[in-house]
Amino acid sequence: MQIIDLRGVSCPTNFVKAKLALEDIETGDTLQILLDDGEPVKNVPRSLKAEGHKLLGLKQAEEGHYILELEKFDE
Amino acid sequence: MSEENKPAKIDLSNLKAGGFIKERGKDLFTVRLRVPGGRMSVPRLKKIAEVADRFGGEFVHLSVRQSIELININFKDFDAVVEALGESSQKVASCGARVRVPVACGGCEYNPNGLIDTQKSALEVDEKLFGTPTGHHKFKVAFAGCPFDCPKSATNDIGFQGAVYPKLDLSACISCGLCAKSCVPKAIVMGDDNKPVFSDDPCIWCGDCVKVCPTGAWSEQKRGYTARIGGKWGRNPLVGTLFATFLPEDQVAPFISAVLDWYKAKAEGKGRVRLGDTIIAEGPESLLSHLRLQFPESIVNATIPPQVIATQIGITR
Repeated sequence: MQIIDLRGVSCPTNFVKAKLALEDIETGDTLQILLDDGEPVKNVPRSLKAEGHKLLGLKQAEEGHYILELEKFDE
Repeated sequence: MSEENKPAKIDLSNLKAGGFIKERGKDLFTVRLRVPGGRMSVPRLKKIAEVADRFGGEFVHLSVRQSIELININFKDFDAVVEALGESSQKVASCGARVRVPVACGGCEYNPNGLIDTQKSALEVDEKLFGTPTGHHKFKVAFAGCPFDCPKSATNDIGFQGAVYPKLDLSACISCGLCAKSCVPKAIVMGDDNKPVFSDDPCIWCGDCVKVCPTGAWSEQKRGYTARIGGKWGRNPLVGTLFATFLPEDQVAPFISAVLDWYKAKAEGKGRVRLGDTIIAEGPESLLSHLRLQFPESIVNATIPPQVIATQIGITR
């Protein structure tokens, strides 16, 4: 599974980078996204869900960042 | 504009200061424009209308901080929007934990109430400090040209208010009494000799006496900005309190930088906390003494912490 590391990337660049990464994979494929605690984890999963992608999981790593796992969806 | 089948390429450096805000709809963003002090040249306004018409929705939004926000911009059009706006040198604003675009009243060139050139100050601060990351939270600055304070300066992280300290040339006074009549706080009253008597304490430095005096007997002794620090609105509002008086116009940008330095250091490790709450935690004397080093002439002897405004809902303090 592809992993994109968006730690240290602030809003809205992190969301746009996630969108661009999703364009490069096939519908139904899954992607892991690493996000900082705070604004990024509050905003990015919500925005990606609103775009129709399926959220498979969101858990906090021991180091403090979050790991978002999602499946690409295309209408 | 966007071609559906081609993968989007976006210049991510355009997004660095923020100003692109996710909307509810898929692929759609609000683009907040950088309009320091709310001054917009007519040719630029026309260009913005053209860009909004070409890339945006059916309307724009005039934000509460003097910005024009383009609505319903597809993220694939970011580069094209930035480029088209650039033709009239219009730039995109900021969002997030950064120094925001300063707000200002109309200033003093055409507005008869303005005591100081707030437009010039807003432009200068925008040029020097716009988008600076604070590391903690948003940072808002506003300029009011006089103590009537239309921009509500004390609800900003730093609020500047134009001020004039009056002086009287008794030999030019014709005892008309207009100054005393115009002085709302009654800092000027007419004495037994039919000459004005000034008392320092009630004076709010509004300059009304200087403006109304028909002979120029009242004039400006000094002029500058009153600076209040630590205000904010939002969930738990605070009113900023007095830190500096008669700060010279050319000291405004260094003053803000000095406050930012203190804020960055003192809020370290505290997470997403505003300047006002940091002052409450540290005590205002810490910030006063930090500023006194660089601005000894302007910093007040003592002040109070930012004042809590009771919203009567969700009491947290």
